Order: sequence, then C-alpha cells, then structure tokens
Amino acid sequence: MWESLARISALIRKELLAMLKDPRARWSIVVPPVLQCLIFGYAATYDLNNVPYAVLDQDHSFASRDLLARFDGSRVFQRVADLQRAADIARVIDNRDAILVIQVPQDFERDLLLGKPASVQLIADGRNSNTAGVAQAYAGAIVDAFNADWRGQHGEAGPPIDIASRAWFNSNLETRWNMIPSLIGTITLIQTMMLAAMSIAREREQGTFDQLLVTPFRPLEIMAGKAVPSMIIGTIQATNILLVAQLWFRIPFQGSFVVLYAGLVLFLLAAVGIGIFVSSIAATMQQAMLYSFLLIMPFSLLSGLTTPITNMPEPLQILTFANPLRYAITIAQRVYLEGVGIATLVPNLWPMAIIATVTLGAATWMFRHRVA
Amino acid sequence: MTRDDLTAKLRRVLALMRKESFQIVRDPSSIALGVVMPVVLILLFGYGLSLDVKNVPVAVVIENPAPLATDAAAGFRLSPYFDAHIMTSMKEAEKLMLERKVDGIVRLRSNFSRDLSLGDAQVQILVHGADANRARIIEAYAQGAMAQWAARRQAQVESVAGGPVGVVSRLWFNEANDSHYFLVPGLIVLVITLIGAFLTTMVVAREWERGTLEALFVTPMRTDEFLLGKTLPYFLLGMIGLGLCFLASRFMFGVPFRGSIWLFAGISTLYLMIALGIGLLISSAVKSQFVASQLTMVVTFLPAMMLSGFIFDLRSMPAAVRAITYVLPARYFVALLQTVFLAGNVWSVVLPDTAILGAMVIVLLVLSRRVTRKKLA
Amino acid sequence: MSALALRVDAIRKTFRRGPKETVVALDGVSFSAQAGSLSALVGPDGAGKTTLLRLATGLLTADSGEMEVLGIDAARAPQEIQNRVGYMPQRFGLYEDLTVQENLDLYADLHGVSRATRPGRYKRLMEMTALGPFTRRLAGQLSGGMKQKLGLACALVRSPEMLLLDEPTAGVDPLSRQELWEIIGELVADRQTTVILCTSYLDEAERCSHVVVLHEGTVLAQGAPHEVSALAEGRVFLADPPEGQTARGLQARLLDSADIVDAVPDAGRVRFVLTGAGSAPRGVEATAVEPRFEDGFMTLLQRKRESVRSASFTLERPLKGHTTEAVEVRDLVRMFGSFTAVDHVSFDVRRGEIFGLLGPNGAGKTTTFRMLCGLLPATSGTLKVAGLDLRTARASARERIGYVAQKFSLYGDLTVRENLDFFASAYGLRGEARRRRTSWALEQFELGSHVDLRSAELPGGYKQRLAMAAALLHEPEILFLDEPTSGTDPLARREFWRRITALGEQGVTIIVTTHFMEEAEYCDHVAILDGGRVLAQGTPADLRTHVPAEAGRAATMENAFIAIVEKARHEDSARRRSAA
Repeated sequence: MWESLARISALIRKELLAMLKDPRARWSIVVPPVLQCLIFGYAATYDLNNVPYAVLDQDHSFASRDLLARFDGSRVFQRVADLQRAADIARVIDNRDAILVIQVPQDFERDLLLGKPASVQLIADGRNSNTAGVAQAYAGAIVDAFNADWRGQHGEAGPPIDIASRAWFNSNLETRWNMIPSLIGTITLIQTMMLAAMSIAREREQGTFDQLLVTPFRPLEIMAGKAVPSMIIGTIQATNILLVAQLWFRIPFQGSFVVLYAGLVLFLLAAVGIGIFVSSIAATMQQAMLYSFLLIMPFSLLSGLTTPITNMPEPLQILTFANPLRYAITIAQRVYLEGVGIATLVPNLWPMAIIATVTLGAATWMFRHRVA
Repeated sequence: MTRDDLTAKLRRVLALMRKESFQIVRDPSSIALGVVMPVVLILLFGYGLSLDVKNVPVAVVIENPAPLATDAAAGFRLSPYFDAHIMTSMKEAEKLMLERKVDGIVRLRSNFSRDLSLGDAQVQILVHGADANRARIIEAYAQGAMAQWAARRQAQVESVAGGPVGVVSRLWFNEANDSHYFLVPGLIVLVITLIGAFLTTMVVAREWERGTLEALFVTPMRTDEFLLGKTLPYFLLGMIGLGLCFLASRFMFGVPFRGSIWLFAGISTLYLMIALGIGLLISSAVKSQFVASQLTMVVTFLPAMMLSGFIFDLRSMPAAVRAITYVLPARYFVALLQTVFLAGNVWSVVLPDTAILGAMVIVLLVLSRRVTRKKLA
Repeated sequence: MSALALRVDAIRKTFRRGPKETVVALDGVSFSAQAGSLSALVGPDGAGKTTLLRLATGLLTADSGEMEVLGIDAARAPQEIQNRVGYMPQRFGLYEDLTVQENLDLYADLHGVSRATRPGRYKRLMEMTALGPFTRRLAGQLSGGMKQKLGLACALVRSPEMLLLDEPTAGVDPLSRQELWEIIGELVADRQTTVILCTSYLDEAERCSHVVVLHEGTVLAQGAPHEVSALAEGRVFLADPPEGQTARGLQARLLDSADIVDAVPDAGRVRFVLTGAGSAPRGVEATAVEPRFEDGFMTLLQRKRESVRSASFTLERPLKGHTTEAVEVRDLVRMFGSFTAVDHVSFDVRRGEIFGLLGPNGAGKTTTFRMLCGLLPATSGTLKVAGLDLRTARASARERIGYVAQKFSLYGDLTVRENLDFFASAYGLRGEARRRRTSWALEQFELGSHVDLRSAELPGGYKQRLAMAAALLHEPEILFLDEPTSGTDPLARREFWRRITALGEQGVTIIVTTHFMEEAEYCDHVAILDGGRVLAQGTPADLRTHVPAEAGRAATMENAFIAIVEKARHEDSARRRSAA
C-alpha cells in the first residue's frame, strides 16, 4: 500500500515536471484559459448596448418626436440615419448600417388624439434573428412606456395591470453571470481531457510506455499517476477562472467553496477518465488529440452552455446524461449563483462518478489486453 | 520556366498530394475530423440546438381562484411558449423553481380580481436568472401574454381595442424567426475552421516532430510545391465538408439561399485558404503537435465561435474586444455568409468584406511562404 | 566539371543548447572529396559528422567558412544542390502510414525518376534490401533495421551525382550490410557517383578511399584509410588467452594496463594496441599483426579520451538471487494474425551468463524480448524469467529484471537526474536509498557532468549510459538489452561492453541483442535467430565452426553468421520448391 502510493507519487511528480518544463506548454496551460475567460466574459453576452437604428418619420409631429426621443434617450439605441423614403429602408438594413428601422406612419399623432389605434413599424435585420429579437423586445418596452405615459397625460385609465418582474439569482439578468461560472467546467474540460489523452499517447509514441510497464507499476497505479496531474492542472485552471470571475468581473459568489471543489474534483475525474480512455484507443498523439476534440465539440454543444437542454429533442436529452460537462455547468451555476448545498447536487454528482468508473475501468482493461 | 520544368513541378505536387491523401484515408482520426465531425455538427445544429423559447415550464400561482384569475391563468395554458402548471400555493411554486422544475413564476395575488375591477391589479413575474438570455425572453413573453389578456379583457369591457400605440414587428430575411437561419452560417464557419486550420496544423506539426521532413527537403521539391502538396488535399476535404453543410442547410433545414452560388463558393474558398494559411503558419513556427493545436484553438476556433458575430452581437462588445474582431477573418466570413444566404448579393457588403478576405489570403500566403523554409532548426 | 565534388573550407557552426549554453559543433573544419570517390566521416558522438552532412545539403547554414558541393555554394544555392544529391538522414523519416511501395514511389516522383526506368530500379533495390516480400506492408510495421533499409532505398531511388549517407548501416544486419555495400561500390565504380558517408562501423571506413576523422568539431586526421592504420604500425598484437581464462577476461585485464590503447576479443583471441612502439606486456603470448583502421583510429583518439580505461564498474553489493537457470524458454510461439514472428524458440540462460541473441532485421528478436519482459503475451509455449512468467506474476516480480529498450526510452523533457529519480522511485527506492543509488549510477556511468541536461539533448553514447543506469538502479538479477549499441560510436561500444563484462562477473545475468557480430565475442552463449526460428546456438567458438573452410574466409563471427543464415535460407527455399 505504502509502496504503491510512493510509486504513484513518483509518477505524478514526473508527469508534472514533463508537463511544466517546456515554457510554451506552461504558457498554454495558464494563459489561454484566463484569456478565454476574459474575452468570453465580454463577448459572450446576448445583452445589447449598442443598437444602431434608423428612423423613417413620416408624421413629423410632437408625438412622433416624443416617441423617437425616448429611443435616443435610452442608452441602448443609437440613431444612425433619418430616412426620407420607404425605399431607403432596404438600403440601411442590407448594408448592415442599422439593425432596426422604426417607421412612424403619417397620421400617427392624429390617430392617437382621436383615440384610434396608432401603430409604428419595427423592421429588424433577421440575419441574426437572436440579436434582432432582443432589439425588437427592447423597442417594444420603450413603446410600452410611451403608451403608459400617454394614457396618464391624456386622462385615460392607466394600464389595468401593473406587471412587476423580478429575476432570481441574477437580478440584472446579465449573461456574464451565468456564462462565466459555466466556463469553469467548459474550459477546464478542454484542457484536462487533452492533457490526459496526450500523456499516454506521448509515452507510446516515444517508446517510454514499455519502459514504464516493465517497472513494478500496476495498471491502476499508472492510471492514478496519469489522472492526478491532469486533475491538478484542471483544478488550477478552474481556480484561475474563479479568480477572474470574482476579482475582475465581481460576480458575487453565493455558495460554499468546499461544495464547488467537491463537484469539480468529481468532474475532473470524469473528464480525465474520458481522456485516458481516448488515449488507450489512439495509436498516435495526433489521433489522441483529434479524438478528444471530436468529443469536446458535442460535449460543449450539448451541455446547456449555449442552448438549454430542455429545448433539445428527447433522444439528444438522453445523450446528455453521458456528458460530464452538463453536470459541471449545473453544479457551477447552482453553487455559484444560487448557493445550493451538496444534498441538492447529489443527482448531478453520481452520474459523473459512474462516467469516471466506466471510462477508467475500460482504459485499464485496454492497457492489459492491447497488443501493440 | 520551360514546359519540362512545369511538368516536373506538377508531378512533384501530385506525388505529395497522393502521399497526403493516402495518409488522410488511412488515419481514422483525419476522416473523423474531416467527414464525421461535419455530419455530427450538422445533426446537432439541425436537430439539437435551438435558441427558440418554446414550452417553457412556468408555475402560475392563483392565490384566490376567482373567475378573473382563472381566466388570466388560462391565457398561459393556451400560449405555445409556456407549459403552465397552475397551482394555488406560492410556497410550492418557489420550491419548484429552486429545484429548477419551472423556469418562472407568474403570481396572481389573492386580491387580483378585486384590484382588477378597481383598475389597479398587480401581477408578479419571477424568472430564474441562471440563464440570463432565456430569462429575459421568458420575462418578455410572460409580460406579453399578460398584456394581451388584459387588452382582450379591456376591449370586452370598454370596447376599445389595444393600447394607444400598437407595434407591428417585422423580421426581414427571417420572417419565421427560425434560429437555424443564423446557426447555419455559423456551422459552415466552424467546419471550415476545423478542417482548414486545426487539421492542417496537426499534420504539418507532426512532420516536423517526427523528422519526416529532413529527407523530403533534400529533393528537387521546392517550398511552394511542399506547401501546395500539403494543403491541397485538405482544401478538398474542406470543400467536401462545405458541400455537406450547404446541402444540409438547403434540404434539411430549409434555409433560404438568396445569393449567388458562385459568390458563395468564392468566399468559402477564400476563407478556407485563410484557415489553411493560419494552420501552416502556426505549425511551421511552433513544430510541436500539442502546443500547435492549443495555439490554433485559441487563434482560430474559439474566435470563430465567439467573436465572429455568429452568436453574439459584435456591436455590444467593449471597444477593446471589438477591435480584436476586426483582424479576425471569421468576422467577415460570417457577415458574408449571412448576407449571401439570407439577403442575396448585397454588393455593398460583399465587395468590401471579400476584398478584406482576399487581402488576408495574400498576406498569409506570403507569410507562410516566408516562414516555411527548407532548413532544420 | 571540377575534380572536387565537395570542398569544405574552415567551416564553423554553433548551436544553442538550453537557454545559455552555446555548443560548437564544427570548429574550422576543412577537407575535400574528389569527384567519383568514396569518403567516410568517422568519429565519436558529438564529433560533428551529422552537422557537416546537413550543412552540405543546405539544411543548415554555417556561421562562417565556405562549402562547395558539386561546385555550388551551399549557403547561396541550396536548392540546386538538393536537385542533384541523394541524402539519407540518420533518422530517415519514413511515412509510417504509407506502404513500402508508396514511400518509394513518393521519392521516385519527387526525384523525377521516369516511369520506364522504375521497374528495373525497384527490383534491384528490393533485392538489395530484401524488402521484396513486404512492398505492401506499412512502413510503420517494419522492424527498426528494415526501416533503415527502406530509407536507404528511398535515397537510392535514382542515381544522383552525389550521395550523402548519415550512418546508413546503423541497425542493419550483416547480411544486408554486405548487400548495401555492394550497391554503394557499384555506384562509385560504374557511375562515378561521389559518396560521402558517416559511419560508426570502422571496418566500413576501410573500404573508402578517403577518411576524415573528426573529434569534437575538429579534424584529427584525414587521408587514405591505410594512412590512419599506419599510425598503429608495429603496435598491434594478437594474443591467445592462457589456459582457463576467457578471451573476455584477458581483454579486460589488458585494458587495465596503462600502456595499452585498446583491446578487443577477436575470434577467441584478443587483439590489442600498445600506446607506443614496444612489445607485448609480460606474461602474454602475443604475435604482432598488421594494423587495421580501427587500431589507427583508437591510437588517434587515445589522447582525447580516457574513459574506456577508467570505466571499471562495480556493483554496490553482491547479488542476492539464487536461481541457476535465469531464463528458460521452451517452444515459444508468437503469431501476429497469420504471420509467425517467433516460431518454437527454445533456449536457456544460466545465472551470471552473457547471452547474445543475434539475427537479421525482423528475425523476431525484439518480439522475443517483449514476451520475456511480460510486455506481450505468448501465443504458446512456456517461458520463465527468474522462475516466473512475468506476464502473470505479481507486479513486484518485475523488480528482478532491468530492461533497456531499443531506442533508450527516456523522458526527453526531463534532466538526467530527474530521469534517475523517477526510475528509482518507480522501483520503490526512497530517501537515503534513492540518494545512494542515484549517486552510484551517476558515478559508475560517469554522468555527473551532464546531470542537469535534458536527456533529449544528450549525445548518443550518454543516452545509452543513462538508459542502462536507469535499468540498474534497483539492482536487478537479470538485465535485458535490446540493441544497446546501435547508433553509438566505437568508444561508447567499448565502454558498454566493459561494463557488461563487469556486471556478468558480478553475477548479473545479461541478455542482449546486437547487430555488431564482433560483439558476439563478448558473450558466453549466442543464439542466431532468423525468420522467428533459432538457427544455431552455442558458444562463439562453436558457432565459428560453421564457417566453411573451403570458402577461404576468416572464421570471424560475422562470416559465421552469414554462413548460418544463408544456409538456412537456402534450405528453406529448396524445401518450398520441392513442396510446390
């Protein structure tokens, strides 16, 4: 037992030395995750704060000017053009000069004063329908506010219903708040899986694996010695991202670090298990790398990071149960934003334990029975 | 150059291409990345991923089941956006939300009916903020559903239709508001980036790492022939992936194609050349498979996904991040693809963006020609 | 055409090693080679041979000095040179996922070999390399030596004006070596091709018309081989070992004496070279003989290197093992699909014995080794190493063996000390014991000066020493060495055998494969393998009797080997003919 631990720790030390010796490798372990986290933190947001829009005001009335002034007054909309003719709409949208064109028809004010329903037209560039949808929703809200004030000023009954909205756990609904905790899982998955997959493939390609096999190492010890260093690196990366989240983006942490790290360790074990399993199949470093990449793509797409899992068709939802990242993202978000305890997370923990057991078991079997 | 020289040159390039093709066909991992990956991505993007909000589980809490409140709740039941669970206890609803069984709560207080008849009712909407984008959409839809119901009721009572100003929204190029329309161009960018840059980086770095180039260099083979013979097979592989994506977009997802197919082929070729150029440049500079692949990820793949305007709006990014996007070829390619697919040949977009891609091709080709030298160390 | 094919004038080339250190690879080297001549560059590891060839091919650029290849300035127009020369690098980068034929085709296409001349050329190359039956096999599945031969075949796919070969025969068995030299000879004689090669086989240097002896980047001597041999004129003797003493024992004793430059076992006797003119040491019956190139070479290097003599070698403490039969192999068979790699092989190795497995490339030596070490399961048959089958025995049983793989598998990113520390811990050595053993290894293998160098940056001979040190840290009873001397220079080989002999004397059982037939003389027992079968086994003296007397060849181990393998192959094809 003691001997076995000593051997494992020797292997761990050796792996870490080999991983961190090359300054470029050291760089690639530390810098990209932090950089990605920073860039994604700024880039990965569905919130719009700069919507270029154009105006076709065919009414030129007080009412239309009041309405448009509300757009200009918002910090979201930037007016880029005042159009004269309806034919100009196509030009500004096609050229991507504006995402949105607001067309105020003639008789807008007259209809309003007569109590007849008046309408404005919002034309959005649907090439990115997501952005367009959000921009239209913002515009709708401005029009709603205009309506409420108009009613108040003209003695009409206010809106019968006053809707009070509130968001839990992320009161300003900032995309960044849910994106960055999710990145803890996503970014570390990419590197730990690849590191684990490469570590054995490299030994095989350089012929040192045989040398390792003739020493008293047992397959399980080799497995442990290969898994732990990648997990250590993964933990360091996760910590770096956590630091960026708290110190740079200042996203308040609601839960317990112990719970978060417990989930993280289990997740890393599953990720490393998959990596090692890949390397037990791959013949070369290139194969190890490409196969892990082939897995990382669906893992990240089917994790709920960019699109909700509940939106996926049933068969794909079932597939996501084999995806460790799914659980990691849930755990990270729930611990970070909601502050849930370990008991709530149990349904997200045991599947990762199963993934780790299956992959590591299969990899151990492959080592013993593979004839190379 | 005489004719004989040219034939010899051609023969050498063909020999290198043949060698590379054998290697592609024999290595299951390049087939996996070049062919299986595009198909998997097509299927995932086509059937798995959707940003459209539909059937969101919400709890509608009616603290007092008066007729008006039940009527309002029924409005949620009918909405295609929601899967409404009607209940009477706020505690229960909060519990469901904490367990994430529902993504939002609409609360009609016990005095809802009475207040409504007084013209001053309050509705509380709570959304789970863990997915901010989804939460915002849910919030808007819930407000909309409530407002519609109120408007309908008001119309019945006061025979006045709607609020003072109605909004008529139109989404040009994507009337149906189908998220596939903008996912497809993104898909094409990802596939080409992967095959062009990632695979090329790996195979060239492998040659440096394994020392297969030493003997190859001491032959009449020129550097340009080496580059050509190395990249053409991957160019073809990339074109196959592109073809698959194009067919899938047209016939599986029914994305309209309003531009010219030649223009589409042209800009895709340019972008593929850029991806290949970046791959060559990185692998020649780094020469180690692991580091080269990490670098390619950071330089090409992630920006293509995050900073190209394919998912996230570029104009809403901070100036510093936005500045980075101007040097990213993916940015121009996404804009071109979205235009060619959905808007048609809009020359005012096509010409400048194509010119920028063309300039990038030239710069990269010159650079990779410079960096790749028949020298060791 | 100029009469000089290669002119090297005061070439200097330096490299950076690590962050600070600068290594001078070549320091003012000058020499020239006549067109149509055969020249050899010889010298120990780190002499600068490979760098010189790379400079000549334009793959590297010199810091200063001038170099003209075929009248072309190598620094100015490397492409022109590359159009006209054939080059075989030390590690010929074959495409492992292409077949033998596809590799050949690639180089034929690149060199513009016409379709018409190909069939004849291929046929000749396949005969020479004996790769004919394997044209459809992937290069990655060839044995090390076969890869080497394929690399050479690719370089020879057309007849260039000049051929640059970097250790073309390293790891190639004597049979193929013979064939290979025939073709080189033909190229020089019939086509006036200029050939320049690096080699660590000194008998090969003797076949060349011009030899350049390099040492640490400078030229020690150059001229015809006999001029180098002449340096040892009157100092070379052949001695018979006294009754009851092995040639190996006498050789070791002679090496220890101060006035002897070199001593090697030679067909049951010992050949030695004196430091200065004189007579054989007292108590040794010796007859003077003509010097060979090797003798002159050793004399040249005598002032430069002391380590051969000082490489006396002691274990820290005597071995504990009790088994008498260290290794027992009975009817061992290993199939790969329908291909029989090892075919009913049986042999025994007794404790403290040095046992040599010889055989051509692809004979099944490495496969046998991998089965013995428990890396590969046997298809059938029994094998016992120290009384155990390592495939099924407990992992701790592996502490009793040491294994040095073919390419000295070390962790290239780690330094010498880090490698040793890791392997010591892998064998369960801790604290004081580990410190003691690593310092023993550093001292015994004279690695002290390189302790903080990454092992990938070590010169070849040092890599071999480090690999051996790592395999001996845990004091194994049995040591397996797979081609430990291929790719190392003559000096390193001598040091290696010096240590091996000492280990054997101290009770360690040694099983070794080698391509250097003269090295078989160091072994107590030898088995010759071909096509997976044992063709002959016995003491070196036994095997030498296989050399047919009428052939007029000397009864050297090399000739014995060639005779045995050729006879077996001849019988084989005869049997196949009669069966058909």
